[in-house]
Amino acid sequence: MAPATTLADKLWERHLVHRAEGEPDLLYVDLHLVHEVTSPQAFDGLRLAGRTVRRPDLSVATMDHNVPTGPGPVDPVSVKQMEALARNCSEFGITLFPTGHLGQGIVHVIGPQMGLTQPGLFIVCGDSHTSTHGAFGALAIGIGTSEVEHVLATQTLPQTRPDTMAVTVDGELPPGVSAKDVILGIIARIGTGGGVGHIIEYRGAGIRSLSMEGRMTVCNMSIEAGARAGMVAPDDTTFAWLERKPHAPKGADWEAALEDWRTLPTDDGATFDREVTIDASAMRPHVSWGTNPGQTVTIDDVVPEPADETAERALAYMALSPGTPMREIRPDTIFIGSCTNSRITDLREAAAILMGRTVAPGLRAMVVPGSMLVKKQAEDEGLDLVFKRAGFEWRDAGCSMCLGMNPDQLAPGERSASTSNRNFEGRQGRGGRTHLVSPAVAAATAVAGHFATPEDLGP
Amino acid sequence: MKPFATHTGRALPLDRSDVDTDQIVPAVHLKRIERSGFGPFLFAEWRKDRDFVLNRPEHEGATILLAGANFGSGSSREHAVWALEDAGFRAVIAPSFADIFRNNCGKIGILAVELPPATVRALIDAVAVDPSIQITVDLQELTVRAPAMRQPFEMDPYTRWRLLEGMDDIDLTLRHEDSVAAYERTRPARLPSISTG
Repeated sequence: MAPATTLADKLWERHLVHRAEGEPDLLYVDLHLVHEVTSPQAFDGLRLAGRTVRRPDLSVATMDHNVPTGPGPVDPVSVKQMEALARNCSEFGITLFPTGHLGQGIVHVIGPQMGLTQPGLFIVCGDSHTSTHGAFGALAIGIGTSEVEHVLATQTLPQTRPDTMAVTVDGELPPGVSAKDVILGIIARIGTGGGVGHIIEYRGAGIRSLSMEGRMTVCNMSIEAGARAGMVAPDDTTFAWLERKPHAPKGADWEAALEDWRTLPTDDGATFDREVTIDASAMRPHVSWGTNPGQTVTIDDVVPEPADETAERALAYMALSPGTPMREIRPDTIFIGSCTNSRITDLREAAAILMGRTVAPGLRAMVVPGSMLVKKQAEDEGLDLVFKRAGFEWRDAGCSMCLGMNPDQLAPGERSASTSNRNFEGRQGRGGRTHLVSPAVAAATAVAGHFATPEDLGP
Repeated sequence: MKPFATHTGRALPLDRSDVDTDQIVPAVHLKRIERSGFGPFLFAEWRKDRDFVLNRPEHEGATILLAGANFGSGSSREHAVWALEDAGFRAVIAPSFADIFRNNCGKIGILAVELPPATVRALIDAVAVDPSIQITVDLQELTVRAPAMRQPFEMDPYTRWRLLEGMDDIDLTLRHEDSVAAYERTRPARLPSISTG
């Protein structure tokens, strides 16, 4: 009998092209996602070396980081970068979903929605949040621009094999605790460097009970724990979500795929290099207080005493005093969006809380759907009206305020409650102060005017 | 890629941990479509503070960056490494690095050297006392040398060989073209692809 093997090891072995002692393994890339920021220098490199794209049919491109999501002027330098992507895709034969196309959106939202993200695949993208796609039981890693060029030229990537790590979320998630709270809790536990050199497999009942969107939220922030990748074994939830997506296998191919995908989960008795177990039943909604995603507390807590110089710097940057209850902190801006939390279930969750309520006076609030298709679906369900009546801006798809490289930014000193993934200094705009939260907490906070859970709003 | 054998220079002590790539180059400066010219944006926000180490005259011309643990976390932007290179840095020494940042360094010939926290601390302290001290990063010998200090470091042999030889990764992979083609023939037809017609 074959030895018991982990999901990560199975995925690794099935993509092995070449292995030699003392060299990294050469792996075959099934799907390469491309966006405007990390690709122009890679295409230039191909041109300089006189190389072509080996498999243009296995790459797909979109515009997300730079794109404006509302009316107003666009930075001409951003336009230049988007035009460069259009030129490069046309020259090298890569399918592009540009701004204005219904298929456009955040790269980690459109891959799954098209059904391109499937169990068993090796997926790469010049973006650290590529780990999102691991939610389907794929091996998905973020790469740099040199590696983007390598993949374009060869459809392969030399990779040193990471260690494996099991993060088991045992038990049932309490009501009001979302996937975002799960991953923020995990990062708080293992630290921002806790996953370095590892592929994390998220396991246990607390993970199994999550929707595909929830699993994507968890896997998305694996990089915030430093992990090379994050993944969840595929199951009936995965298959039901994927079936009938445009690029999902059809008919006999679907049956063959299912049979294959059911062999992927980690075998009983397989061992991991590291194992961490977390009790789901003790989890609460999380809010970050500092300038890295490990600096969080539950919403019931207070701003902690700084434990070291890094924490002191963070508190000074965030203009917070130890001992302040999180519920007393008042943001200026509410941002619901990003590759972490901009999918239809995120919008439904927020809209359900905002139904019949309004944003607190003086607050700026915006919803940025992850893709134009998510936007359309939300509009078909009437969610846009709920948001607009509550006082939210309803935007087009893009990375938006998750990172300050498009018109959606915090002003210096402004404070946000944000469903994005990074609370780094200046991440949402120079001098901006970011608090990471779930869509439910973002929506409740918008109404209350200070950090709050939906329960705090009363019936 | 430029080969890297050994480098001697002065160091810039950045005594902070968890320095993320948004600090190394903020997103607003990622819009250039060229590979060069990112040096002026290195630590663009922090350097607005006149007292920031990068602005201090005694550290001008430093080519080795000393930093705290988990250096280069966050975004995969290779622009962070390009900015360091463009600003004249040849090596970064820290107790630990984020994976993608370390990979990116290895691709363009910047040395990411991991040393024990106490050694990095000693180097930062030594440079604070005397900014003119010369530090040598020796990839042949796998040592970092400073006055009264000689510290071995580890690097995976393959990356070390590539850096010493200045080998291009794509050229190396193209030698395995037969294996790639053979693998491709075994891929099931049902795997997804995007029509380029």
